[in-house]
Amino acid sequence: MTSGTTSRQKPRREEPVSYYGRPVIKAPSWSAQDIAGYFFLGGLAGAGSVVAAGAQLTGRATTAKALKVSSLAAVSLSAAALVHDLGRPSRFSHMLRVFKPTSPMSMGSWLLSVYGPAAGAAALTAVTGRLPRTGVAATTAAAVLGPALATYTAVLAADTAVPAWHGAHRELPYLFAASATAAAAGMALATGPPHENTPARYACVLAAVADGAATHAMERRLGTVAVTCREGRAGALLRTARGLTAAGAAAALLLGHRSRPVAVGAGLALLAGSVCTRFGIFAAGIASAEDPAHTVGPQREAAEQRAQRSQ
Amino acid sequence: MRDIMGNDLFSGPEPDPAGDAGHENAPPRVGFFTDTSVCIGCKACEVACKEWNALPEDGLSLTGMSYDNTVGLGASTWRHVAFIEQPVPAGRTELPLLAPDSGTPGAGEDDGAGVRWLMSSDVCKHCTHAACLDVCPTGSLFRTEFGTVVVQEDICNGCGYCVPACPYGVIEQRPTDGRAFKCTMCYDRLGAGQEPACAKACPTESIQFGPLDELRERAALRVEQLHDAGVTEARLYGHEPDNGVGGDGAFFLLMDEPEVYGLPPDPVVTTRDLAAMWRHAGIAALSLVTGAALSFALPALTRRSGRT
Repeated sequence: MTSGTTSRQKPRREEPVSYYGRPVIKAPSWSAQDIAGYFFLGGLAGAGSVVAAGAQLTGRATTAKALKVSSLAAVSLSAAALVHDLGRPSRFSHMLRVFKPTSPMSMGSWLLSVYGPAAGAAALTAVTGRLPRTGVAATTAAAVLGPALATYTAVLAADTAVPAWHGAHRELPYLFAASATAAAAGMALATGPPHENTPARYACVLAAVADGAATHAMERRLGTVAVTCREGRAGALLRTARGLTAAGAAAALLLGHRSRPVAVGAGLALLAGSVCTRFGIFAAGIASAEDPAHTVGPQREAAEQRAQRSQ
Repeated sequence: MRDIMGNDLFSGPEPDPAGDAGHENAPPRVGFFTDTSVCIGCKACEVACKEWNALPEDGLSLTGMSYDNTVGLGASTWRHVAFIEQPVPAGRTELPLLAPDSGTPGAGEDDGAGVRWLMSSDVCKHCTHAACLDVCPTGSLFRTEFGTVVVQEDICNGCGYCVPACPYGVIEQRPTDGRAFKCTMCYDRLGAGQEPACAKACPTESIQFGPLDELRERAALRVEQLHDAGVTEARLYGHEPDNGVGGDGAFFLLMDEPEVYGLPPDPVVTTRDLAAMWRHAGIAALSLVTGAALSFALPALTRRSGRT
């Protein structure tokens, strides 16, 4: 803005940050239950398919079957939540009208439409014991697509003007991958027998560490916007998530292989922790969109830095 | 992400958005230049827009925000006149709206002394790199032959992704309908060689419609004219083809910082960073697989070296 230089050189006066304090951008009208719920369920399904394949490969049959069933249930609920959240649910098929790499939602729709049947076939063959070769193919397909399903939702959120989501676009995929792994490991701990749960115990510790590191990196990157992750509903949810994930991972690692009740409890804590992480990130995004300071502040800073560089 | 010619598709200057969207022999790109220095806050644009586009009523409450009871752009409000009342520091140059030395009402010293009113008619910016269009999963949002951005209402399924994608907070879902709506720059009128209803109705030519190149030249002249008249606070907003959205199809002459009018000071099309996002998501997905593989490999290794 070349013509704005004169007014910018003046000493800063206390200016209203926006028009009558109203938000500059519009927060999504998505319901937290549907969309944050989908972030969790998509992660549980996707990472669950990976753990299921690993369990099958290493002869942990009970865990493999349980995770295949949980992935099918999670992906079915995901699809229902996504259709329910549409303004025109009857037009859900319009999602597959185009194949559009610039739209994470288009990519996600195609991903779900391939992953869903694969997860379904994997679960059905595991439960019925029929068509074992189809079962292997479906399990492999679901395990290949699963990680994409677990992480693309981070791009879905980050590819918006929402300050807390877009600002963390580099860190959010890692946080979502960690949270999805924690959820899948939690499901394996809750449903599998203790003699099969060693990999899940290790996985949940890895996930808890990665979750903590990604959250820390995200808050550093967000700068002043990080306050939306610490205060209010989002702050409470994310603190609860940290507590549940840490407690679940510690209990699973130390006692999960000895006591079935501890393993189940730890698994449920990890699942609940993942739910809280997703709802927390969702709430932080809404809070950052509703406060004009989080839209205007970082943009002002960016513009001033650019002006200084060009001088 | 780049096209085969190596041009950045997601950000930066883009001379021919309609042509790049596949329109052959497209007419020149059109736009709005809203000169807020001559806006009188009559709201004729709001009314003309509502009437022409048959937009439903969306609230009839008194807000206490000066003369603005419209509040902001939304699904059923495609033009919005902002009213800002500001204390004027002593000795500040008054805008010579009417002949400054003829003693006409409006230029008198007692008239509205100590307060200045800023009025501005806001509208969809019809960005060169439009985030709403980029993220739309159904192809409902499209680039017209005029270089504008329009929603196809028979396609939109109300996913609502365009709403948080817009860096200006323009597009919105209509609660009673579910689908997303915004300014079409009167696509139907453009097709018939007419100017948009708001520009037609504007009595002071605050809203100017025309080929975008021509409007940019006219705006540069106008801001120069105002600076020469001592109105140093006049500045253009959204006119540069190399800004965060590749230049706005609807740009403004403002009398204060953009945020005063509720406009973002340095908006960026979110898809500028999409390649980086996909890259990080890919690495994160691989990390997930590696972590899982490690978790299964470790017990196998420890079992081999000694029973656990």
